[in-house]
Amino acid sequence: MSKPILATASLAGCFGCHMSLLDIDERILELIELVDFNKSPINDIKKFTRPCDIGLIEGGCCNNDNVHVLKDFRKHCKILVSVGECAIMGGLPALRNGLPVSDCLEEAYLNGPSTKDENPEGIMPNDVELPILLDKVYPCHEVVKMDYYLPGCPPDAELLWGALTALIKGNELELPYEVIKYD
Amino acid sequence: MNDPVINIIEKYNKDYTRLMDILIDVQDEAGCVNEDAVHKIADAIGISVVDVEQTLSFYHFFSSEPRGKYTVYLNNSAVAIMMGRDMIAGAFEQEAGCSFNSVTGDGLIGLFDTACIGMNDQEPAAIINNEIFPRLTTKKVRQIVKGMREGRPVEELRGNDFGDGANSHELVRSLVRNNIKRKGPVLEDGYKVGSVIREHLTNMSPREVIKTIKKSNIRGRGGAGFPTGMKWDFCRRAEGDQKYIFCNADEGEPGTFKDRVILTEAPGLIIEGMVIAAYAVGASEGLLYVRHEYKYLVKYLNKVMDEMRAGNLLGKNIAGIDGFDFDVRIQLGAGAYVCGEESALIESAEGKRGEPRDRPPFPVQKGYLEKPTVVNNVETLCLAVKILKNGAAWFRDQGTEDSTGTKILSVSGDCREAGVYEVTWGFTVNDVLKTVDAEQVQAVQVGGPSGALIGPDEFDRVLCYSDLSTGGSIMIFDENRDLLKDVVLNFMEFFIEESCGSCSTCRILPVLMKQKMEKILEGHGTEQDIKDIKEWARPLEHSRCGLGHTAANPILTSIKNLRNLYERKVKKDVEFDTGFDLHKAIREGSDAVGRIPIAH
Ligand SMILES: Cc1cc2nc3c(=O)[nH]c(=O)nc-3n(C[C@H](O)[C@H](O)[C@H](O)COP(=O)(O)O)c2cc1C
Ligand code: SF4
Ligand code: SF4
Repeated sequence: MSKPILATASLAGCFGCHMSLLDIDERILELIELVDFNKSPINDIKKFTRPCDIGLIEGGCCNNDNVHVLKDFRKHCKILVSVGECAIMGGLPALRNGLPVSDCLEEAYLNGPSTKDENPEGIMPNDVELPILLDKVYPCHEVVKMDYYLPGCPPDAELLWGALTALIKGNELELPYEVIKYD
Repeated sequence: MNDPVINIIEKYNKDYTRLMDILIDVQDEAGCVNEDAVHKIADAIGISVVDVEQTLSFYHFFSSEPRGKYTVYLNNSAVAIMMGRDMIAGAFEQEAGCSFNSVTGDGLIGLFDTACIGMNDQEPAAIINNEIFPRLTTKKVRQIVKGMREGRPVEELRGNDFGDGANSHELVRSLVRNNIKRKGPVLEDGYKVGSVIREHLTNMSPREVIKTIKKSNIRGRGGAGFPTGMKWDFCRRAEGDQKYIFCNADEGEPGTFKDRVILTEAPGLIIEGMVIAAYAVGASEGLLYVRHEYKYLVKYLNKVMDEMRAGNLLGKNIAGIDGFDFDVRIQLGAGAYVCGEESALIESAEGKRGEPRDRPPFPVQKGYLEKPTVVNNVETLCLAVKILKNGAAWFRDQGTEDSTGTKILSVSGDCREAGVYEVTWGFTVNDVLKTVDAEQVQAVQVGGPSGALIGPDEFDRVLCYSDLSTGGSIMIFDENRDLLKDVVLNFMEFFIEESCGSCSTCRILPVLMKQKMEKILEGHGTEQDIKDIKEWARPLEHSRCGLGHTAANPILTSIKNLRNLYERKVKKDVEFDTGFDLHKAIREGSDAVGRIPIAH
């Protein structure tokens, strides 16, 4: 029997959730025995080359490229998991949700301490190659259907490991108190 | 000293429990309660600035920014919108030159939305500088705004086309009409205020009063339906050197206006009911809590009480009963539906935010200023008078087994005869529709937003505590109405706006449910969304007060009773649709950097 295929992506996140995945330490060796990786920053495969079983998503959607990637994951993955606060609720990036996009851009490119004097022409990044910011940061499940949610910022490595092995082996996920306590 | 704010504070003896009155007067005097006034108040009455600010920020009719020399509060509840509110709003905006919830640049005119103002039988209606402007037309709006520009006093803008009955009394002078369509024990003519106190109370012991009230089986008319005799008995037995009688005239449930009519036509009867309750429980002070929307009645109400004092029906040794002292003062609210909830009402009367208390202890144990307090609805107190007059059996013989006596209904919406009807319990919805001359009815909202929306196959249901319980609000919608958009969504917005925010359930879930509802209305709904809504309503049961308990009712009862409305809108062929619209989502970001909004 071939191994299940795993894909991962970081959207509007800080890569902390991926770091937490690496925090499973030497079990990473066990993981590559259990699964094959497809599109993921971990192996730097940029495009899906085949349908996958599990997709792990870190971060919500803050621009149209995030939406594109997320929809691509939905298309290719049987099971899609929101990993971490940002994917589940928008997280830190969603702090801008109460503000107009123009305010955020002006603060970043016109009025911020590091740009105020450096951008006399008041240029806003508008190259067609650049993704376009969305009106707000959307959690993943507001864009596509998500199947599971792993909370935490980032989720504990034990939680990620437990969830992955449960999914792969079809076992019930055990959630001891320590891995879902946050203070 | 000639500082108006200080004068106001001194008028209320620097008493922090009178903070509501102080803020109301300052707001009226200065058009707002600014930072400077907040500091003065805090200093003078010896509480912290945030204590003043938290009361100030809680109520709809208070503001820290000026709201215009003329402040227009236009009702935006469901029936107002049905009666043409949006056209009136458009006319105001066009004539005034500012949009709603803002003030014109010159500070002359402020336009604001407000929840149901208790005028559903004469919408569209607005409150301008405490005067009621019912039955507005675009022509009237143009005249009003023109008058504002000419600096005319609001009485002149209002005109003299006064309503019937006490509405044209010199201390009221309002355009409001009573629309009393059927009279019963509360609104009947010919009763001489005070005669029950003089002829019956003087011959009864407090215990006998309670016994009679208990025997009548009367239950509260404010919505919750608690047995009145039992409530009085609890309070009588409660420990306390001081006890209070509160009359709840907050009437905030959209669609009800019967208390307004009672306050106008039978205020003496209300006070008499309070006197009787006071005698029964041993209270010496009373408080009539009147919603701010009815401020135009306050002078008149005070005069009625003065007359009663002069007639020895209030004050010391009432009606010659030795040692029976009782007096009443009016407390105005300031625009908060939740203040109708009895413990929130008490908090508000103490000068605080209208946040419901945890219970127990119940108000009859620990109420106003921690003392045993009876809170009763206006109508309940009026009926208590008539029960003593005519006897418990007379009352019990009317109505149904579990719901004795009469009930005043406030009927509005799509019917020819909107108004107030005093009927006996046991009336069916069909009876109501026939009586008020309503045709092609699609649905009826019984009991206001916190009640139930029912369709034609349930119009034979009975108005009573065990079937369709109601505080009296009945709103009728004919076949041309878009129930989900114009009614259910409007009611959900009402609850979201009026939640005091203490409980996470009540603060959050109605918002999520409303978003689901909008998704369904936009054509992105699926069967799962309907299931989710029902599921998400369950935790609301764990909220602290009735507002949270009933906040999902508009959606839940419409799903239950009019499910086809939803079935028509949800997608059948897809299991899941988030409703995410990429093109809408990138518009703002594209505009901000000057790009053409194209995305894959
Ligand atoms: C959110 C909310 C609003 C209420 N508004 C009113 C009101 O406007 N008038 C009223 O009499 N009761 C209102 N009630 C019911 C009161 O809490 C209380 O039960 C009632 O005043 C008791 O009087 P009764 O026994 O004579 O009905 C409200 C309850 C809730 C939960
Ligand atoms: S959830 Fe926390 S760790 Fe994960 S991407 Fe967001 S901020 Fe980073
Ligand atoms: S249920 Fe709602 S209105 Fe009632 S106390 Fe809780 S938050 Fe406030």
